[in-house]
Amino acid sequence: MTAEAQKSRSMSKDLMVYVCLLVLAGIQFVIAYQSISPGQMFTRMLVVAVIEASLALLFFMHLADNRGLLWFVVIFNVFVLLAMQFGWTDAFRLSSGVPWAK
Amino acid sequence: MGTTQAEMTIPSHSSFSVMEKPTFSIPAKKMAMWLFIIADTATFAGCLVAYGFLRNGTPDWPRPFHSITNLALMTFILLTSSLTMLNGVRAARAGDRARALRWTLITAAAGILFALLHIREWMSLINEGMTLFKNPWGTGLFGATFYSITGLHLTHVTGGVIALVVVGLRYKAGRYNADDLEVLGLYWHFVDLVWMFVVPFVYLLNLAH
Repeated sequence: MTAEAQKSRSMSKDLMVYVCLLVLAGIQFVIAYQSISPGQMFTRMLVVAVIEASLALLFFMHLADNRGLLWFVVIFNVFVLLAMQFGWTDAFRLSSGVPWAK
Repeated sequence: MGTTQAEMTIPSHSSFSVMEKPTFSIPAKKMAMWLFIIADTATFAGCLVAYGFLRNGTPDWPRPFHSITNLALMTFILLTSSLTMLNGVRAARAGDRARALRWTLITAAAGILFALLHIREWMSLINEGMTLFKNPWGTGLFGATFYSITGLHLTHVTGGVIALVVVGLRYKAGRYNADDLEVLGLYWHFVDLVWMFVVPFVYLLNLAH
């Protein structure tokens, strides 16, 4: 493949990812106007945001081309994000009493 | 005889190597940026999770946003700026310095536009009585978390715009190379990526219905 063809292919890939990101951002706005519970709304928006972030990481930040770095970034971030979830029970206790208490 | 300077100073049996392969086969500057991005992800995640705890545990959490026009425009501008940044890096890789500078400055202009829209939105909220500690709709925590998270993001955008202009001009002058522009591109995409989480959780979940 010539350098020019490679450049054109890379440009069209970036453009496709950009359009996908715009559509996904639009979907988040649509979800915001759905008549669903806040929990459902949060879950749907989180799923869309994670897909958007994955596309940006893989193609705009080129992690798809470097598998070692991809695993390093993913494992580290997932660990940190999971470690931050310890306080949710307290957040629920503040609004609706100690969870599972009779 | 016939040995180079490097071979003379470092014995061949040494466990060290002058040309050690870089971590994950990327340049050190790029690796440093990735480490910064990982650390900054933890910062933003910490802010968003703390915001989630407070929002969940506060019964009178306000939902003051009525219009999404400004937010949609800001999102569109920031996403588009990522595309223009990619074009700038591609031009730099091709060795076209003028074109790379042009795309980098377009990206910076998009960043400035985003920041101006953001400040306009802040001014309108301040005029409605929303400050860091109180607002007319509910708990004062809303203003504190809203301004902290969006302010932290705005600070990143502002810093990014300054860096885009400086690095772009220095690249054009031949003081920086395409790698430097690519490293800055990573930062700019990260700023865009964070916005993808700020929009739904800080704005859209607080839309007035």
